[in-house]
Amino acid sequence: MTINQISVFLENKPGTLSGLTETLAENNINMRAMSLADTSDFGIARIIVDNTDEAAALLRKSEYVVKVTPVLALEIPDEAGSLNRILKLLGTKDCNVEYMYGFTGRRTNSACMILRATDVPATERVLAEAGVRLVCSSDLSEL
Amino acid sequence: MEEHYYQKDIETMPEDQLKDLQGKRLAEQFKWAYDNIEFYRNRCIEAGVSPDDVHGMQDLEKLPFMCKDDLRATYPYGLFAVPLKDVVRLHASSGTTGKQIVVGYTKEDLDSWDDVVARQLVAAGASNEDIVHVAYGYGLFTGGFGIHGGATKLGCTVVPVSSGNTQRQITILKDFKCTVLACTPSYAAYLGETLHDMGMTPDDLYLKSGIFGAEPWTEEMRREIEKALGLKAYDIYGLTEIMGPGVAYECREQHGMHVNEDHFIVEALDPDTHKPVPDGQKGEIVFSCLTRKAFPLLRFRTKDIGVLNRTPCACGRTFVRMSKPMGRTDDMLIIRGVNVFPSQIEGVLLSKGYPPLYQIIVGRENNNDTFEVQVEMTENNFSDVVGDVRRKENELSAALQTILQIKAKVTLVAPKTIERSNGKAKRVIDTRKLHDSK
Repeated sequence: MTINQISVFLENKPGTLSGLTETLAENNINMRAMSLADTSDFGIARIIVDNTDEAAALLRKSEYVVKVTPVLALEIPDEAGSLNRILKLLGTKDCNVEYMYGFTGRRTNSACMILRATDVPATERVLAEAGVRLVCSSDLSEL
Repeated sequence: MEEHYYQKDIETMPEDQLKDLQGKRLAEQFKWAYDNIEFYRNRCIEAGVSPDDVHGMQDLEKLPFMCKDDLRATYPYGLFAVPLKDVVRLHASSGTTGKQIVVGYTKEDLDSWDDVVARQLVAAGASNEDIVHVAYGYGLFTGGFGIHGGATKLGCTVVPVSSGNTQRQITILKDFKCTVLACTPSYAAYLGETLHDMGMTPDDLYLKSGIFGAEPWTEEMRREIEKALGLKAYDIYGLTEIMGPGVAYECREQHGMHVNEDHFIVEALDPDTHKPVPDGQKGEIVFSCLTRKAFPLLRFRTKDIGVLNRTPCACGRTFVRMSKPMGRTDDMLIIRGVNVFPSQIEGVLLSKGYPPLYQIIVGRENNNDTFEVQVEMTENNFSDVVGDVRRKENELSAALQTILQIKAKVTLVAPKTIERSNGKAKRVIDTRKLHDSK
């Protein structure tokens, strides 16, 4: 079970990120989560929205370079050690993590982590077998 | 100070004698090229000129022009006038596309090359007592081997350092007590900075002269280099198609570069009418070889803009002087001494899945050229993972380096931000101040 994330190419200069948020705001698209990767000359904004297809089409229309990729969304208890347990498991199973970021949902006592593994399907299997709760797109709006 | 020459009889030959010599050699060289190069013969037949029509300098204007495209069309050996068994050396420079321009030299050609380079070394105050540090690249580029040959013939102690590893070069300059430095002016400036950064001053070195060429530079840069390295800086001019370094050289007067007129004819022509411009006026520089056996190129359009000066020089040399190139008639850029044609970039972009649109930004920081190529990001080359994007970027950078022979900083920009071609898109932003304003 994966969810789709939208990645957007941004030049590393003032105003590019606000250009993106402006486009989303104008079209009434709410970001559930966001993470920004930056290098010296470009940035990658990764966002999770409720309606990925619509948002991606809209961004492409606005001349953004967009990539939609499946990522894993993990609901984990909002308590010390819960993420550590999962990452240790992935380490022992040789699953490599490219990046991850978290957000808290409206529900209490749980946190949601977005995890991009190098090999998404293999990592998904490992997590499912370990009983980690994976969130699907339809669950996302309720989180 | 007494003026020294390497070949005094030739370098100070009275003008009328020199003209006669050139005329005689022109007729011979033309017949040699006509008889031995099919491509050239056909070009001459088209132009309606044969060896029966060429007897002296007055006939020069009858000869058809040759240009870089002709060299590309005949790649690699189509303009060689001798069989390869008589060719002892090949050199190459970049062409307007991925293809190189290849030139060949017989033993005799190398001998003439050594002579003209030796002349410029002597004009810069060198003799067989000097230790010559050659920091031009050794390879297909003519710089390294060209200076090397002339300095060897002059009897200098040659240090063939080639390019790179600048701190080590400083150590060699100091420990080997090198007295003459040969490299590009930008590299000389960089050596000067490195010397300073290493906590040394020109007094720690033994340099007295530098011969610097292969790229445009200004009088201001000359003064900076002279101060930073404690030497007198001489400008030289050359091009692979004609020979390499040694085509023209400065004397101590430093008021233009003497063209080795016993080996080459230089013309300054109006680029449109192809008629000679009066001395002292800007024209396109056109060269004809007079003594080449392997690669006798005649009336080669360099696309360099320059000025000729036939007034007598105080150094006693009678050879005509040409100015530093003052610009180009095409879009060729010289970046870190390497000829770069923007059109080369398009092919690389297409092969790597990028739109063939680019913006080149050339600047100069601390006397070194900076070279950036901006390219639009595409969905195929984009990824949510930074490492993947970087990998694609590095692949493009490596592919560009293979074609251009110098490293460019690739910057990926957002789509639709590079100007679309409406016939005349400005693909190059060059902020360097390369030419003295005159």
